[in-house]
Amino acid sequence: MNEEVEQTVALAEGGGDAAAVDVDDVAVRFRTRKKDVLALRQVSLSVATGEFVAIVGPSGCGKSTLLKLVAGLLKPSSGAVRLHGDAVTGPRRDIGYVFQRAALLEWRSARRNILLQAEMRHMPSAAARKRADELIDMTGLRGFEDAYPHELSGGMQQRVALCRALLHRPPVLLMDEPFGALDALTREQMNIELNRIWRETGTTVLLVTHSIAEAVYLANRVVVMSARPGTVTEIIDVALPAERDYAETMGLEEFSSATTRIRRLLGAASGAE
Amino acid sequence: MEHGRTPTVPAASAAGAGNGVAGVAERARPGIADRALETLARSWRPLALLVACFAVWWAVSAARLVEPYLVPSPGSTLQVMRDKAGYIWHHGWVTTYETLLGFAIAVAVGVLAAVIMVYSSTVEKTLYPVLLFAQVIPKIAIAPLFIVWLGFGIAPKIVVAVLIAFFPVVISMVTGLKSVDPEMVQLSATMGAGPLQTFVKIRFPASLPHLFSGLKVAVTLAVTGAVVGEFVGANEGLGFVILQANGNLDTPMLFAGLIVMSLIGVVLFLLVEIAEKLLLPWHASRRGDAVTTTY
Repeated sequence: MNEEVEQTVALAEGGGDAAAVDVDDVAVRFRTRKKDVLALRQVSLSVATGEFVAIVGPSGCGKSTLLKLVAGLLKPSSGAVRLHGDAVTGPRRDIGYVFQRAALLEWRSARRNILLQAEMRHMPSAAARKRADELIDMTGLRGFEDAYPHELSGGMQQRVALCRALLHRPPVLLMDEPFGALDALTREQMNIELNRIWRETGTTVLLVTHSIAEAVYLANRVVVMSARPGTVTEIIDVALPAERDYAETMGLEEFSSATTRIRRLLGAASGAE
Repeated sequence: MEHGRTPTVPAASAAGAGNGVAGVAERARPGIADRALETLARSWRPLALLVACFAVWWAVSAARLVEPYLVPSPGSTLQVMRDKAGYIWHHGWVTTYETLLGFAIAVAVGVLAAVIMVYSSTVEKTLYPVLLFAQVIPKIAIAPLFIVWLGFGIAPKIVVAVLIAFFPVVISMVTGLKSVDPEMVQLSATMGAGPLQTFVKIRFPASLPHLFSGLKVAVTLAVTGAVVGEFVGANEGLGFVILQANGNLDTPMLFAGLIVMSLIGVVLFLLVEIAEKLLLPWHASRRGDAVTTTY
């Protein structure tokens, strides 16, 4: 794991002081036959290498659209998106993506679902298998690697999706409400594990979530977005150490002040709607 | 086994282990005896119904409610099937051969057409009305035309079988290919996969359950197609046997032909179902779960 962190750091230093993710005055307009919808306007965001940034906002404010822009799955109507200083023009391979639904292939076992990433990228298979084993251990999937998706619980399925997203050691991990479909208890456990995995891998993470507690517990910074057309209302720094005990963090002054602040901002945003 | 893997954060490890134990639903793998019992439990009702139908048939003919030249007795029908086994076997094989060839061509052409239609909306818009038109034309009405064009051999029968079996294959395959999770396709793009890789590893396997439901319809229709082709003009096949028997008022042979024809359809249907279970165990097992939970 340390090796990896060093690699990522070296990459950042080698690439000058370019941010891992740079969103520069972006607007997105969806055209349908009946109407024009402005999904995002004047969104600017810069994420440093190794940073964990959470994005919260009311439903339909374009949070997922923002992630898809970073992944290159959507093109902005105006503005620019850069990954490590490199303009995003099409789907990017140097990212990992996790959706709300695990999106696993039903006909593949957990391990083979994880290895799909390697097959598509033509990674050397021995190295890919070793890496998959590491991730299976890291996410607590050991013992379930040969189970099929329909035999796994929602939390386990999402772990498989996370392993798949991390297999190729992506410098940037994009997560779109990854725990939204899980029950509260499983969600807490997944939050604790994601915090650990983030520290162990040193990956830059962009997480879209509806849970304010999840955002504050996990992130270095929380981006609060307004209702459609979505724009950045405020970016809140979370003054908590990287390693966070869940129950303890919940009781901290910094935690409650950050969640209260975000709740107020979101209340104001939906009130203005 | 969960111990000591993440010594730095025992809380996280414990939480993971707790979830992990409850993560998988253990499914018992039944033995052969259990499975046979299960199959029997599932199939005794339809079998009983079939036996009841035979009983009614037997009662009707035994009580002479209907003249034997109109409805033969089950006994005389079975007698004919035994006496003329070679004759029925030969013509039954001809019909099976035509059916299988027609079905194979329909599957190959249908799957190919569906793939092209899904990847090109221009082709879809052009081809779809033509397909629909070909589907709504009564096959029995155009069958004579094929006899004129292709003669009395096997070719016109196969053409009719293909025409009639083609439609469900195309429709099910198009539905299958279109029902692929769009997020899965986006994910594939972030993996750097090209359209071919996405097709081979994601779209095609994901469409197979839909395709198989179409194949089950298509294979039974293919039998109908072959027989329709034989009705219009043939000197071989079960359609020919039935027409001959009809002309001679040989109702036992007519019934024998019908029974064999139905058996061919049932056997081919079961073969497709077995192929589905072998090729898509993940799908079949899921459906099995759904069925057992309704008990």
